[in-house]
Amino acid sequence: MNLPSSTLLAQSILAGIFTGALYGLLGLGLSLSWGMLRQINLAHFALAFLGAYLTYQFSTSGGVDPLLTLLMIIPAFFVVGLAVHWVLTRFKITPFNSLLVTFGLTIIIEAVLQWIWTADYRRLESTYAEHKLQIATVYLPVPELITLGLGLGISLIAWQVLRRSDIGKAIRAAAEDAPIAAAFGINQQALGLLLSGINASLAGIAGVCIALSYTLAPSQIYSWIGVVFACVMLGGLGRPMGPIVAGFVIGISEAITMAVASPSWAPLVSFSLLIIVLLARPERIQA
Amino acid sequence: MKKSLLLVVVLTLGLGVIPYLGLPAFYQSLLYMVFHWIALATSWNLLSGYSGYFSFGHGAFFGIGIYTTAVLTSQFDVPFLWTLPIAAAMAALFGVVLGVISFRVKAVRGELFALLTLAATFVVATIVLNTPIDGGPGVYLSAVPVPSIGPSPSATFYYLALGAAFLTVVIALLIYYARFGTGLFAIHDDEDVAEVMGVPTFAYKVAAFALSCALAGGVGGVHALFVSYVTTGDIFTVLLPLTVILMSVLGGTRHWAGPAVGATAITILLYSFTSGDSAVLGKVAMGVILIVVILFMPEGILGGLLKRFARKPAAGPSAADAARFGQASSAGGATPSPSAAGQAQGGPSGKAGTQGHDGGILLSARGVSKSFQGVQALRGVDLDVQRGEILGLLGPNGSGKSTFINVVSGHFPLTSGSMTFDGKKISGIGAHRIAGCGIARTYQIPRPFAHLTVLENVALPAMFGAHQLERRRAEFEAWHWLEFTGLADRAFAVPEDLNLHQRKFLEFARALAAHPQLLMLDEVLSGLTPSEIDEAVALIQRIRAQGTTILFVEHVMRAVMALCDRIVVFNQGEVLAQGLPAEVMARPDVVATYLGKPAESPPQPPEPAGARAYA
Repeated sequence: MNLPSSTLLAQSILAGIFTGALYGLLGLGLSLSWGMLRQINLAHFALAFLGAYLTYQFSTSGGVDPLLTLLMIIPAFFVVGLAVHWVLTRFKITPFNSLLVTFGLTIIIEAVLQWIWTADYRRLESTYAEHKLQIATVYLPVPELITLGLGLGISLIAWQVLRRSDIGKAIRAAAEDAPIAAAFGINQQALGLLLSGINASLAGIAGVCIALSYTLAPSQIYSWIGVVFACVMLGGLGRPMGPIVAGFVIGISEAITMAVASPSWAPLVSFSLLIIVLLARPERIQA
Repeated sequence: MKKSLLLVVVLTLGLGVIPYLGLPAFYQSLLYMVFHWIALATSWNLLSGYSGYFSFGHGAFFGIGIYTTAVLTSQFDVPFLWTLPIAAAMAALFGVVLGVISFRVKAVRGELFALLTLAATFVVATIVLNTPIDGGPGVYLSAVPVPSIGPSPSATFYYLALGAAFLTVVIALLIYYARFGTGLFAIHDDEDVAEVMGVPTFAYKVAAFALSCALAGGVGGVHALFVSYVTTGDIFTVLLPLTVILMSVLGGTRHWAGPAVGATAITILLYSFTSGDSAVLGKVAMGVILIVVILFMPEGILGGLLKRFARKPAAGPSAADAARFGQASSAGGATPSPSAAGQAQGGPSGKAGTQGHDGGILLSARGVSKSFQGVQALRGVDLDVQRGEILGLLGPNGSGKSTFINVVSGHFPLTSGSMTFDGKKISGIGAHRIAGCGIARTYQIPRPFAHLTVLENVALPAMFGAHQLERRRAEFEAWHWLEFTGLADRAFAVPEDLNLHQRKFLEFARALAAHPQLLMLDEVLSGLTPSEIDEAVALIQRIRAQGTTILFVEHVMRAVMALCDRIVVFNQGEVLAQGLPAEVMARPDVVATYLGKPAESPPQPPEPAGARAYA
């Protein structure tokens, strides 16, 4: 085990921040739907990959700028989120069963992705990937910078909206005690639909970011579940800044592990961290 | 149960003939996969379906079994079959360690337990990948000799998988009908209540976890040589536990055969699609089935069918049971309990005459304190309960009455102080052991086991607690208490279908079925109508007539004055006054606690007026 040079260390910390931002962006929708709506939405990952594949397709065959696809993906996914929420509430699904139902949805989406785009690896060749900023000796790739900007920006907005706006306060009140909130005139069903739609749109945005920086394969859906759930739990359910802060912590610790030991040791850090938090501070995690 | 066991044995023997029939090899490998998944899903269900602790770590236990066999056969030349028990033992050891650590943390339930086990899977995978156990490239096992069982080499795996499936299903079946299974189902519905009723929840969970892991590990050992090349990437995934959960939920997690049904259906479905060029379609079908089943049949195929075609047994204990256990008919409400177990302990039953105080201290609390993060609910309570008395516990809301019951029953551990019961120290021991000493309680807000019938709810404390009756006997006893409380005609209903009054009486019946020496009633009368209160008061008098000591928390003063031999008044977590009801209620400080201090005139209400004021 050799200590890496300072440049390598700085570069890996940066890489950790970039992956952390994507963890956070993926985790945000998950955390809000779990914490506020008591739905554990596994299909969030499948939706993100659907978004990534759509971005890939529009860019390669239509020449559409990946960021412009957001204009289409955000409203379309919003509608998908509405539909999923409507079904889950219509059947009064328990949190655990919501996990199973959305797992079923994940399998279906995965199969559709595989049917359309095959199981082969796909890589988006965008103009963004060619650009890199250089500060001193470290490089900042543009796609990752976009992810970082989106992740931080959206998390901050979500935080402020939930904290300050009337609608944010209503959502938090309904999450804390639905019957009482309803008695004070809060339309929980409408808020739930709105939040689910936003969460699905967040999955779509995360999908665009995935397409910008990662190689796509349908089976990759499952490789994100563990670590993103770790971020959601570490960050505390329903806290909008939680996933991205936890994402930075996990991303950086993973990146340093990769630099100091080897890439294959990286999962040990994040999951040990999760286990320790679960056992030592379980009250922090409960919504 | 014997019929089910016979069915499994006959089915297994029938399937055992197949390798000799000379069918195409395809059938053997298909059936291998069916047995493989039956064993995995059923082993998962032992902990997760029965007790409700959904584990996402089944991939880890399975994987530990795989790698144990892989390493022992390839690196240490241990004969294949010998590695299987070792694989099971390694997985069980890991399960015990994980269980002992995680079950100590009370909050790690439900989704948190699921995530913890998922995280453990990835930790194990990383360690396996980066150490010589695997090292990265995977382990080739094609050179390992496999002993032949049956007519062909592939029959070896067929028989091993069949054996694993048989063993797992039989264990699931035996547990399902045993006291162990009943305890696990109670944990599923309400773990805290189960513990207070005498179920040793911690030991049960660890035991179920160990068993579940051991079986998964054994299956892994077999599978290692079946696939003959193992990699961490294929084994330690989130997909394996999800598939196992899908199978179990599809079949029904609350039945021993549910996972087997689900596993068979899914495996054959997937196989029939992959045999064509429609693997994608198979996946879609699997997803659709999962969604449809959860939405429309949340109890699974078997759960749904059993509910629809359940035979309603005739109300009342069977004649055979009555002949076996009961000398007297249990029809009359006031007949003393037919339990011999109660009498053997010098307990309450059968001694209808032991009225009043036959002296001696039953429960003694000294300096009992309980604080919740700075809130002092109890501050050094000294209290004695005399054998045979009805002691009323009074006080304004938040004065610590219910906390006291929670501490005595072990629902909450006490912060400081000590308690002895019948001369034995009961502070600092587990709630199930307190129940075993002969203490039972009711909950202010009824907390029945939601998925058990009224009869099963009442039988449970008799199966655990102080007397540990076997099931038939406990159900026979339960019938008696159902009649005693007037619930006999609702015996096969689930608690959801009862009204509040009936639920409160179910709480009564459950506490009584434990044959307690000390019965603690926490506001059993609140919310009842006046005529229901009269019924309940009569019921409590009958209970006491059997010699049971009663600690009675109540706000309904009419009932308190009618029933209690002595009362204790709590205020802000301390004992304010104790003594005879009329005397205590006349004390100015007690009146002040309830009504506040009068503005000018000195406190003067004489006892009857005071009593009426609180009613």
